Amino acid sequence: MKSLILQTIARLLLPLMILFSVFLMLRGHNEPGGGFIGGLVGAGAFSLYAVAFGPASARGVLRADPRTLLGLGLLVTVLSGFFAMVLGDAFLTGQWLIFHIGEADFHLGTALLFDIGVYLVVVGATLTVIFSLEEEST
Amino acid sequence: MGVLISLLIGCVVAFAAPLLNRAAGSRAGVILALLPLGLTAYFATFVPRIAAEGALRQSIAWVPALNVNLSFYVDGLSVLFALIISGVGFFIVLYGSGYLKGHRDLGRFYLAVTLFMVSMLGVVLADNIITLFVFWELTSFTSYLLIGFNHEQERARKAALQALLVTGTGGLALLGGLILMAFVGGSYEISELLNQGEVLREHGLYTAILILVLAGCFTKSAQFPFHFWLPAAMEAPTPVSAYLHSATMVKAGVYLMARLHPALGGTDLWILLLAGFGAATMVIGSWLALCHSDLKRILAYTTVMGLGTLTMLLGIGQTEYAVVAVAVFTLAHSLYKGALFMVAGSIDHEAGTRDVGEVGGLRKAMPITAAAALVAALSMAGIVPFFGFIAKEFVYEAALAAGSLPRLLLALAILANVAGVAAAGIVALKPFYGPVRTTPKHPHEAPIAMWAGPVVLALLGLLFGLAPGLIAAPLINPVAGAIAGAPVSVELVLWHGFTPVLGMSLMTLALGIGVFFLWNTWRESRFARGFNRAFGVAPENAYFRTIDGMLWIAHWQTRIFQSGYLRHYLTTVIGVTAFAVGFTLLSRHGLVLPGGWSAITFYEWTLAGIMAAGALVAVFARSRVTMVVAIGAVGFSVALIYLANSAPDLSITQIMVETLTVVLFALVLIHLPSLRPVESRASRLRDAAVATALGAAVTLVMLTVLTEPISPHLTEYFGAHSYVTAHGRNIVNVILVDFRALDTLGEIVVLGIAGLGVFALVKLRAKKRRDGGADV
Repeated sequence: MKSLILQTIARLLLPLMILFSVFLMLRGHNEPGGGFIGGLVGAGAFSLYAVAFGPASARGVLRADPRTLLGLGLLVTVLSGFFAMVLGDAFLTGQWLIFHIGEADFHLGTALLFDIGVYLVVVGATLTVIFSLEEEST
Repeated sequence: MGVLISLLIGCVVAFAAPLLNRAAGSRAGVILALLPLGLTAYFATFVPRIAAEGALRQSIAWVPALNVNLSFYVDGLSVLFALIISGVGFFIVLYGSGYLKGHRDLGRFYLAVTLFMVSMLGVVLADNIITLFVFWELTSFTSYLLIGFNHEQERARKAALQALLVTGTGGLALLGGLILMAFVGGSYEISELLNQGEVLREHGLYTAILILVLAGCFTKSAQFPFHFWLPAAMEAPTPVSAYLHSATMVKAGVYLMARLHPALGGTDLWILLLAGFGAATMVIGSWLALCHSDLKRILAYTTVMGLGTLTMLLGIGQTEYAVVAVAVFTLAHSLYKGALFMVAGSIDHEAGTRDVGEVGGLRKAMPITAAAALVAALSMAGIVPFFGFIAKEFVYEAALAAGSLPRLLLALAILANVAGVAAAGIVALKPFYGPVRTTPKHPHEAPIAMWAGPVVLALLGLLFGLAPGLIAAPLINPVAGAIAGAPVSVELVLWHGFTPVLGMSLMTLALGIGVFFLWNTWRESRFARGFNRAFGVAPENAYFRTIDGMLWIAHWQTRIFQSGYLRHYLTTVIGVTAFAVGFTLLSRHGLVLPGGWSAITFYEWTLAGIMAAGALVAVFARSRVTMVVAIGAVGFSVALIYLANSAPDLSITQIMVETLTVVLFALVLIHLPSLRPVESRASRLRDAAVATALGAAVTLVMLTVLTEPISPHLTEYFGAHSYVTAHGRNIVNVILVDFRALDTLGEIVVLGIAGLGVFALVKLRAKKRRDGGADV
């Protein structure tokens, strides 16, 4: 199923959707969004590309095996919890660094790391399923 | 901290052991033996400190929210056991290096045996009951690996599993008992529970606590009727038997009973259970020993006897004699039994058989081993001037001083010890004296690594016998005091003078020698065979029948529930959920429908209408694509409802999930067969009923929930804390990544596993098809 229109749109939408998914993930702490939603959008981006160009090309664009992303995500999530243990708190207690840049405060915390992990797991798991099913149907 | 660090070092060494074995070759055993040697020295430094200052406590928080701390309590009792564990461990590692020399799995042996030693030390040093339980289970686990060391033999695997199941089941009971005890006593630390004795003993749950804890101790310490796993575990390599099944693991139960004696002991139930089961185990074990001719089995059953004796003594532990007897007998038994097990292993190793009937006259070929065996056996038989003599005297004194039925207990103790004397003679004399017999291997003296242990342990038995004052004040008194819960001071002397107990000792010896000479007649008598069948074989058969029964039930329920059809599973799951939810709602709450229907807005009615229509279309559609579209309409309407109720996060998630679901459906639809009305009218009606029931149940629950005022507590809490403590304004996401991050972690693990599961299913099917197998 090669559709020129779908392929053109998918090529344009892929970077936009990826950017948007990262944006959703990063803003999630204060506005609607988060790692889970961002991950779903990211997975949607690659699914669209896979529908348009086939799973092999989508894998090429993604570069990493989705299963690697999945494992990496779990690792990042668990590691983000260990920061607290090293500092003497219970596992997964949020740890924060606060920078003062000019007038604004910039809060950097392990929750971001956790959210990145969630993002990666969602992308990895969804794409693992979608790619393998798609490879089966072609 | 010191205790924890010593255990951690042990763990590190354990896991480095296989590497070291590969790198250092035959020297690995000597190097690894330095660990238990160092630990022995370390724990020995506690002896003068405890004698001077009393018990020590060390604690660091582990999971403070659950009252789980890595806390250790070092008093006389802990130190005695720690010294036995690390001291015997030193000789066992050496012995193992000789016994298993050149074995390809020697590295694994070092790993498991060191890990076992660390776990066992953890059990006897732990103060927190959860820490204790973790180490307790670790000993079961490592002993499983050790008993099943020769894993290519089915018998070894079976024996390992049997030991694991018996002690593991007991371990679960123990966990229940310990938690109940913590609940009643108000603390998870044993050192604090020991002061709560009166509260514990007078509480309504006391009987439950005691029975659960004792179930753990009795299975671990091989008390009748759970004793059968111990002789079966003789499939283990001899160093393992010498370590686990004489000096250490089987004494874990005894240790725990002794440890908890001040908290739980002294009641009528305690006396009845411990003295009863202990005495029965003692007599049964001792006479079963004489029904066998395999050296290790004889030793195993005499160990059962020793464990029974200790349990009985703890049962009558209200007198000073009894607690001192526990301390002395524990030490004496570890010394002579460890030595004799190693001797039995050396005979097996050098002569190729360990059947008493097949070996004889090894004295000339193995003089050092023979001498060690003789010295150890004299201690076991309780002959002056060996330490075993003092131990036996104390056992008799304790039985005589018992509050109830002293004469019966004394008679039983003598009956058991008569068999013990005979067994000692059989093990130490028969293989080494008498005519030389041809054995499968040409026997010669064992290497020094293998006779060092028996010789030193046996000589210690002699030394402590000759000079009991060496250990009385620094070691035995603190141990006895810890068991009694009050300071104890006794003088150990070898010679008590001409007391009635001495007369009983002499009588025991005379009768034992008589039994020794009549052993062959006894062993072949019909009575002995019947005795073995009733008390040795029957409990084990009961175990096998229990296991078979459990397997049968598992098969039966699998046949019923696992039809292999997805639709049956769905029907069951949905039906049960609908019934459980509906029944609970109606029986606990009753039907209350909320008012306020007029508050529903026009567009909410519209969305609800779309959803209802979508659901109906999905049910009656004739093509799958229609179904997918109809369900999609329902999903997107739900997303809009979220949006209308100010839940943008939920809404976005719903939209994304719906979108990806369509992609998934599109991919899966290709593989599904065309939709045919394969089902009968009756089954369609049944499905409709089940589906409607669930829908109705969930709807009613939701409506009922709405009649209750919604508690603002959580909303307020998160609203107040979200930015202050978690630096985020989006409460939904803050809950996900911070307040309830552990839940999220669990969810993404599930998601990941589900993804990998689909991957495995799809790829497995693809591979099957490529390989030309049947397409399922």
